[in-house]
Amino acid sequence: MSDVIIIGAGPAGLAGAIACAENGLRVTVVDEFIKPGGRLLGQLHQEPSGDWWNGIKEAERLHQNAMNLSVDIRCGVSVYNLEKCSQNWNVHTSIGTLTAPFVLIATGAAEYPVPVPGWTLPGVMSIGAAQVMTNVHRVQVGKKGIIIGANILAFAILNELQLAGINVERIVLPEKNPNSQKAGEPEEVLKSLLHASHLAPSPLLRFGSKFMKKDWIRKMGINFYPKNGIKINGTPLQLRKAALEVIGKDQVEGVRIADTDANGKVIPGTEKIYEADFVCIAGGLYPLAELAAVTGCPFHYVPELGGHVPSHSETMETPLDGLFVAGNITGIESGKIAMAQGITAGLSIAKHAGKGKNNINNKLQQAVQNIRTVRQNAAIQFNPDIDRGRSKMKQIWEDQHNNNNQTQEKIG
Amino acid sequence: MSRILNHPIFGKINDRKQVSFQFDGKTYEAYENETIAAALLANDVRKLRVHEDSGTPRGFYCNIGHCMECRVTVNGQSNTRACLTVVQQDMVVESGKLLPNIIRRMVEEQ
Ligand SMILES: Cc1cc2nc3c(=O)[nH]c(=O)nc-3n(C[C@H](O)[C@H](O)[C@H](O)COP(=O)(O)OP(=O)(O)OC[C@H]3O[C@@H](n4cnc5c(N)ncnc54)[C@H](O)[C@@H]3O)c2cc1C
Ligand code: FES
Repeated sequence: MSDVIIIGAGPAGLAGAIACAENGLRVTVVDEFIKPGGRLLGQLHQEPSGDWWNGIKEAERLHQNAMNLSVDIRCGVSVYNLEKCSQNWNVHTSIGTLTAPFVLIATGAAEYPVPVPGWTLPGVMSIGAAQVMTNVHRVQVGKKGIIIGANILAFAILNELQLAGINVERIVLPEKNPNSQKAGEPEEVLKSLLHASHLAPSPLLRFGSKFMKKDWIRKMGINFYPKNGIKINGTPLQLRKAALEVIGKDQVEGVRIADTDANGKVIPGTEKIYEADFVCIAGGLYPLAELAAVTGCPFHYVPELGGHVPSHSETMETPLDGLFVAGNITGIESGKIAMAQGITAGLSIAKHAGKGKNNINNKLQQAVQNIRTVRQNAAIQFNPDIDRGRSKMKQIWEDQHNNNNQTQEKIG
Repeated sequence: MSRILNHPIFGKINDRKQVSFQFDGKTYEAYENETIAAALLANDVRKLRVHEDSGTPRGFYCNIGHCMECRVTVNGQSNTRACLTVVQQDMVVESGKLLPNIIRRMVEEQ
C-alpha cells in the first residue's frame, strides 16, 4: 500500500510526488492521459530572457526525477470517485480501488466551452486540443484555420501553431450572447488584452498598452480598431468581427462571420462566409475540481482564480483530513506555479505524516514563499487579478480556521 | 492531414515503428504510442461517430479526455475515448453509431 495517492501527473502532481518521496513516503501517481506531464506537454513559449519554455522537456525531467525516487506512476488510469473510509481514502479508478491515508488532487484545468452554432462539426476543437495535436502528437490539425475567442491562451497557442507551420487565417470573437458574455464584447476583450499586454506575444499590443491605459483612449481604440484587424505575426486579430455559425456537412467547411460595433452588436448586411477546414474555440480555463467536490470538500467562488475552487490553505491542505490540492485545481496559473504548489503540497503531506524531521516547518514556509516569488516573475499570467484571488482564499481559510478554533473552545 | 515531422524547436521525429489498425472495416497505418484520434486525423479521418439520436457527425473536441465527444468502440468496448487510447497492432475500432431512442418510441406509442 502507498502512503500517498496523487491524482494527476501534471507539474503539480509530479512535483508533489517528488517532494513526498524525498521525505520517505511511498507514492502512487495516477493519470488518465497516455503519458505523464499533464498540460505541460505541448507548452512552448519564449521567456522574457529569450529562452524557450519547452513543456515536454520539463515533463521529462520531472518524470525522470520521480522515477529515480521509485514513485509508481500509472498512466491511462481514470479516477471517477473518491471517499474516506475510517483512516484511509479509497480512490476508485478504472483499474480498481486504491487506498492510502493521504490523497493529493492535482487534476489541473479544463477549458470553458463557448457554444457557437455548428460547433459539433468534426474539425471544431478547443484551442488546447490543437496545442496537444500539434506539439504532442505532431499531427496537423488542418490547412486553414480560424480561432474564435481572443485571450492569452489563444495567443500562446496561435504562436505554437505558427511555429509548426499551421496556417491560421484570423482570430475573431464569438457572437455576443449570454453564453459568450464578455468574450463577445470587443471593448471588454481589448481591455483584458491591454491588461495582459506586457505578456502578450505581439509587440504591437505591447506597444499599444502604453498609450491605451486611459479609458477614453481605450474607447477610441475600439472605435477606430481597423476593420481588418491588427496582425499578430501575420494572423489578423479581428476584434470587430464575430463568428455567427460554423458551417459544413460532414466536417468544417467555413465560418459565417459578421462585422460588429464596439459593443459587439452585429452590423446587418455585413455577413460573409470564410473558408476553413478547422476551427479552434478559445473560451479560457477553469479549475477541474469535480473529484474534490465528490469528497464533500467545501468550495468557494473566486472569479480571479477561474471559478469555483476547493477550500484550501497556503500549505495546500483542505478542511478534510488527509486531502490536499495543488496546481490549477486551486486557481488558473502557469506551469511553474503549479510546480511550486506541488512541492508545497508534498512537504505539507510529509509534515502531516510525521516525516521530514524538525526542519520540515522551515522547508514548508520556504516553499510557500517560493510560490509567491515564482508568481511575481511569471512570464504568462491568465488573470491579472490573481494576487487578489489568492488573498481572498487565504482570508476565507483563516476565517474558517478561527471559527473552528472558537467553536472547539466553546465545546471544550 | 500530414504529420509534423520537422519542428524548429522540438526537432525531427524519425525511426518510429508503424502499426496498423482497423476503423470501420478499413485498415490504416499509425505510429506506435499514437492515440486513435491522432492516427485517424493523420489519415484525414475527422468523423469519429454520429450522435446516437440525431445522427449528426462528431469528432474529437478537447483531445484530453474531458468532453467525451470522441467516443468509439475499441475491440468491442463501447464508449472508449479515442483521444486517450493508444493504437495497438490489429486493434479494431468502430465509430459510434445511431441508436434506437427508447424513450422517444415510448412517447410516440402513448
Ligand atoms: C489546454 C490547456 C493549455 C494550457 N496551456 C498553457 C500554456 O501554454 N502555458 C502555461 O503556462 N500554462 C498553460 N496551461 C495552464 C496549465 O493548466 C498549467 O500550466 C499547468 O499544466 C497546471 O498544472 P497541474 O499539474 O495543475 O494540471 P495539469 O497539467 O492539467 O495536469 C493534470 C493531470 O491530471 C489528469 N487528470 C485529470 N482528471 C483526472 C482523473 N479524473 N483521473 C485521472 N487523471 C486525471 C490529467 O490527465 C492531467 O494529466 C494550459 C492549460 C490547459 C487546460
Ligand atoms: S476529445 Fe474530449 S474526451 Fe476525447
